[in-house]
Amino acid sequence: MAEKKQEVLLEVKNLKKYFPITKGLFGGQTEYVKAVDDISFTINKGETLGLVGESGCGKSTTGRTLIRLYEVTGGEVIFEGAEIGHMTESELKPYRKKIQMIFQDPYASLNSRMTVADIIGEPLDIHGLASGEARQKRIFELLHTVGLSKDHASRYPHEFSGGQRQRIGIARALAVNPDFIICDEPISALDVSIQAQVVNMLEDLQNEYGLTYLFIAHDLSMVKHISDRIGVMYLGKLVEIADCNTLYEKPMHPYTQALLSAIPIPDPDITKNAERIILEGDVPSPLNPPSGCRFRTRCRYAMDRCAAEEPILQNIGEGHQVACHLMDEK
Amino acid sequence: MSRRILELKDVKTSFYTHLGEVQAVRGVSFTLDKGEALGIVGESGSGKSVTSMSIMKLVQYPGKVKEGQILFKGEDLINKNKKEMMKIRGDEIAMIFQDPMTSLNPVYTIGDQIMEATIKHQGLSKAEAREKAIEMLKLVGIPSPEVRVDNYPHEFSGGMRQRAMIAIALSCQPDLLIADEPTTALDVTIQAQILELMKDIKEKLDTAIILITHDLGVVADVCSRIIVMYGGLIMEEGTAEEIFYTPKHPYTMGLLKSIPRLDLAEKQRLVPIPGTPPDLLKPPVGCPFASRCPYAMNICLEKMPEYTTSPTGHRAACWLEHPEAPKVEVETGVKRGAK
Repeated sequence: MAEKKQEVLLEVKNLKKYFPITKGLFGGQTEYVKAVDDISFTINKGETLGLVGESGCGKSTTGRTLIRLYEVTGGEVIFEGAEIGHMTESELKPYRKKIQMIFQDPYASLNSRMTVADIIGEPLDIHGLASGEARQKRIFELLHTVGLSKDHASRYPHEFSGGQRQRIGIARALAVNPDFIICDEPISALDVSIQAQVVNMLEDLQNEYGLTYLFIAHDLSMVKHISDRIGVMYLGKLVEIADCNTLYEKPMHPYTQALLSAIPIPDPDITKNAERIILEGDVPSPLNPPSGCRFRTRCRYAMDRCAAEEPILQNIGEGHQVACHLMDEK
Repeated sequence: MSRRILELKDVKTSFYTHLGEVQAVRGVSFTLDKGEALGIVGESGSGKSVTSMSIMKLVQYPGKVKEGQILFKGEDLINKNKKEMMKIRGDEIAMIFQDPMTSLNPVYTIGDQIMEATIKHQGLSKAEAREKAIEMLKLVGIPSPEVRVDNYPHEFSGGMRQRAMIAIALSCQPDLLIADEPTTALDVTIQAQILELMKDIKEKLDTAIILITHDLGVVADVCSRIIVMYGGLIMEEGTAEEIFYTPKHPYTMGLLKSIPRLDLAEKQRLVPIPGTPPDLLKPPVGCPFASRCPYAMNICLEKMPEYTTSPTGHRAACWLEHPEAPKVEVETGVKRGAK
């Protein structure tokens, strides 16, 4: 993993995504929900970057902005050296083939009026990759790859279980031979025993096709299992990013520490004796985030400086980056 | 006096749909003592929620508890009529639901919803009930409860709504609290708050708790005894230690191996359970897990095994436990205190 020559596939620079909210009868005042506010990170070829955080932290928005489901408000998205964040739709089309997405809800992300063959075949049609017999062959091949059979091709999504539907979604993403797949909570809606099936499959596909993943999830145990590096988000900001073992063994940001300690471990001896950092209160509204460090209202170590000045993400060694003023104190 | 508070004897609940009878719960028996926290784990469709609904007599049409006894403090709840149940529900048995957004009434204030229970069951006056509501909100850790008591549910965040639900559930000091996936809709940091609160309540008020969840971490944290359900049946029951360190049933073992461990440094490949859960419209004759079980024998497909119970009360329904069963190398559960 670490020894491999690292080639950057995707570079995100100061990415911003604001959603406007108009107030007043005539839409006079406009406020912004800063869902993603100035985050930067890179993803290397062949690796899996995990993105974790609580609901509303902007992790899904990040994924959706990268694939241009949302327009970029500011910053750059550089994929294989090309800035795709501000391309027009036609300029973007060749890149659509290279970046695909797997969605969270396997019930909502498949068109219920289309057969499985048409769902998987649609990207082939759009990009003109195969037609006629070749198309049919490719569809069967994809079904086989994700562990479904030929007979499934003519059925409709409602005839499948959640896990199988997620496989169909994965087959659709693989149809265009992408380099990079954004997995937005791909297993959250599945049962525990099915989750492992899908995760193992994603790992196998990565090894076989050399895929790069951005794996977005709130289940930290699963993210740790699948990722090489992990980024932690809080209220639209990236607060810490490190390789996966470093993050779990030496979390530096107080939020990461609290997040990790909050997870009950399926082992009674350990979890019953574990010391928990219980955070007070809730995540503040992203409409009106706290000044300075956004985590300061719930942080045990908050100082005056945290309210006045926003901490920037700084390198503390071996690719471990943290955005916290405590790092300067030591 | 005995501390036994609840006993289920061979409870069967079915839903009579136009497709046929869906046998959601197919014969469940267990007991619960005061101050005990019992965890029920299982996947969706395993019958864990229907079991709890049966206890509350909240199974809705076309569902029906068709057989069995539910003894609460020695009295069979099955024979109680609607009026008698209304007296018990909320007063002696309370329930917390999974989704705090939809289980609160949006047109009443949080205070009103807590007061409803205490006025009805404890005959408090409005002023007393309001005092009590504020006290309860304080107990569950809502900041400035004097103000918050007049808020509507939409003014609360998800975590606060779940706290409010717990406040309603606890307002009459129930003897039994049933929590059906109480933290599934919440973020981990909020989940930690709620679980702490539940442990606290159990200690302080000696409330018996049934915690229904699919998260093995959550039961390991809160419960002393665990029931593993699958296909409408109890597959295994034991103390938390027994279930995690020396599981007897292949399904329990499979569950434990299919989840990643946060605290282990080296990556192990997950071992998924192949296949999908059984269709309860036509439940299999034998063991419901047989079709997915790596150790399945012929008899497993033909006949449901009886429970084998150890002296400590650790029981499992599996033919492997039968004295005549061939000895197979069965992999054990979590390595104790592995770190």
